[in-house]
Amino acid sequence: MENNSNFETRKPPVATTGILGWCRQHLFSNWVNSFITLLVIYFLYQLIPWFLDWSVFSADFWTNYKGELIVDRTFCSRVADPEGDHGACWAIIIVRFYQFMYGFYPPEQVWRVNLTYFLLVIALLPLLIEKIPGRKHLIKFTIAFPIVAFILLYGGFGFQIIPTNKWGGLLVTLVLGVFGIAIAFPLGILLALGRRSQLPVISMFCTLFIEFIRGVPLITLLFFGMVMLPLFLPEGLNLDGLVRVLVAVTLFQAAYMAEVIRGGLQAIPRGQYEAAQSVGLSYWQMNRKIILPQAIRISIPSIVNTSIGLFKDTTLVIIIGLLDLLGIGRGALADATWMGLSNEVYVFVALVFFIFTFSMSRYSLYLEKKLKTGINMGAD
Amino acid sequence: MQNNLFQDQKFRGILYQTLVVGFFALGLYFVINTTAYNLEKRNIATGFSFLNNPAGFDISFSPFLDFKSTDTHLKVYFVGVLNTLLVSFCGCIAATILGFIVGIIRLSSNWLLSRIAYIYVEFTRNTPLLLQIILWYAILIQLPRIKQAPQIWETFYISNRGLFGPKPIFLDGSNIVILSLVLGFIISFFIARWAKKRQDTTGQQFPTFTTNLSIIVFLPLVVFFIMGSPITLEYPVLKGFNFKGGAVIRPEFIAMFLALSIYTAAFISETVRSGILSVTKGQREASGALGLKKNWIMRLIIIPQALRVIVPPLTSQYLNLTKNSSLGIAVGYADLVHGFGGISLNQTGQAIECMAITMATYLLISLTISFFMNIYNRSIQFKEK
Repeated sequence: MENNSNFETRKPPVATTGILGWCRQHLFSNWVNSFITLLVIYFLYQLIPWFLDWSVFSADFWTNYKGELIVDRTFCSRVADPEGDHGACWAIIIVRFYQFMYGFYPPEQVWRVNLTYFLLVIALLPLLIEKIPGRKHLIKFTIAFPIVAFILLYGGFGFQIIPTNKWGGLLVTLVLGVFGIAIAFPLGILLALGRRSQLPVISMFCTLFIEFIRGVPLITLLFFGMVMLPLFLPEGLNLDGLVRVLVAVTLFQAAYMAEVIRGGLQAIPRGQYEAAQSVGLSYWQMNRKIILPQAIRISIPSIVNTSIGLFKDTTLVIIIGLLDLLGIGRGALADATWMGLSNEVYVFVALVFFIFTFSMSRYSLYLEKKLKTGINMGAD
Repeated sequence: MQNNLFQDQKFRGILYQTLVVGFFALGLYFVINTTAYNLEKRNIATGFSFLNNPAGFDISFSPFLDFKSTDTHLKVYFVGVLNTLLVSFCGCIAATILGFIVGIIRLSSNWLLSRIAYIYVEFTRNTPLLLQIILWYAILIQLPRIKQAPQIWETFYISNRGLFGPKPIFLDGSNIVILSLVLGFIISFFIARWAKKRQDTTGQQFPTFTTNLSIIVFLPLVVFFIMGSPITLEYPVLKGFNFKGGAVIRPEFIAMFLALSIYTAAFISETVRSGILSVTKGQREASGALGLKKNWIMRLIIIPQALRVIVPPLTSQYLNLTKNSSLGIAVGYADLVHGFGGISLNQTGQAIECMAITMATYLLISLTISFFMNIYNRSIQFKEK
């Protein structure tokens, strides 16, 4: 024991666990990293308090700094008191909240929109949660949902008819997004199957269609729907503006969807086709029961990503004069009573879109993880 | 017999295809007929002769062609194509640079830095591009007016009407300077080729980068002074309510450029990240074992292999950016859709012709980009022996 004292005791190694160790490893591993970390912290220290102050602490919500209820821009603290240190004026969102959500939908009928939103959630449940009880029956409802939603929103069957030019705000955004995806999905499957078809004419038609749509910007297709479609149709057949836009958006989305599903189809091993044929299934039986369930399953993450793209692209309809969420915001800014509050409006619209698209992308990531660990593709 | 014939796969195939072609032809016939009828009834002219009519409107942003309102619709088209190509080209380059930087930052060992990059990517990817364009534009036109425009060395002025800066004036002999610049590029290209060949055969290295940089910088500079400074700068001068002289970049262009490059860079950074992650750990360790320096490992080992994964999605991002440049119409950037597909269409009423030309142009641009990117892609793929 005593000869231990002859050795110099070494210092214990630098901790790599615990908070300190973690900081050392991830923030201060060498002097360059330490410098960067300090720089980033400094910027965050400047930015975050400023933003919080602007958006919350010195911002107006219902009332301004004098405690008056805000009814137009002149009441906003930063307009009424330009010398003072005032932040955002969210009153524009609060006062116009109804418009942002429903557009000019008659208030006494708005329960129909709310009911549709509620039904949308129910229709989405069986798609999002695989182990929900009674999934088979719920799926039937999901398939019927677009028709139910159309009757509820538009009218007919005893409901008062609300023309689509009264719709606006988040309602239009969601209608374009949900209907666009719901119609484009089966269309995309057909196009993908068509492109891979053995029949040269059908394959050529589908390929040409897909490549054409993917080669031009969505805005030209929207113009096509707005200005050219009326010329193509016989007189008297005047399609509703929203429907024309929906046609353009759906065709656009279907082409992209088709490519994603084609990727899934290509990943299905040949043996699956051969096995299905050898048990005597016809082309449609084989695709419906064997090929498509597997192909769609593996392409779901990409399908969700394409859908996110479509959901963001619905904002393009403001260029041809439809009032979606962004359009309502622009309308509010063009109004003299609320002019000059563009930052508030755009931040709000961005936030709404972010909530939808971010949750969609999280969902797609979750699916991707589940697929990686779950099924075992291509066992042969 | 009938039944048997219908069960024959070949016959069924031919039958389906004939049906498809038949329906398509029938639909086409129907559409053409109704369209002709509709056009006649609404007194809309057909044909492409309108291209030679005077446009009758002004285009605020036309950096390459001089545009007057008496010019033809055909010129509107060319101005539009050039503006589309300009913003797409600048956007692609900026998006690539920013995307690579952000992609590498996201893999940084510094937790805070990679988190910041992650937040940037998520926020820009998850909000609509159109909103970002409009937001940038709204911010840019909130800048000070021309009278109070902040300045940098009395050369650059930042105002709500755009960024004003000096404009180069080419005098006699400037052609030779430009020619020498081009010559510098050509020489450095051959030096690079020679240096690579020599290194491949003998292993001797050559300071290619510094040599070429000095050739490209100093050769034109020397020629410039020999020719007696034939290129001068014209500075913007405040006169009345506007600047006289100098060059200006309009806020529409800046908003489009910023929004397109920042938005697309977020997507590119993700492909860069996945490309770098696709290079297996062994490659890094093996090159480290050979004694390569850290940044050499990145440049010589990781990036060339990652590029094979990165380039195909990068191509589609370039295509997306080019197509997205059509959103310039929202802020009044005079691109193809805004100028030719928008104003010309409204003035002449010839929707079919205008839209057909616009769509065909975009298709052509898309095909050209994918053609060149495919060539590049083939050049960086594994050369299997």
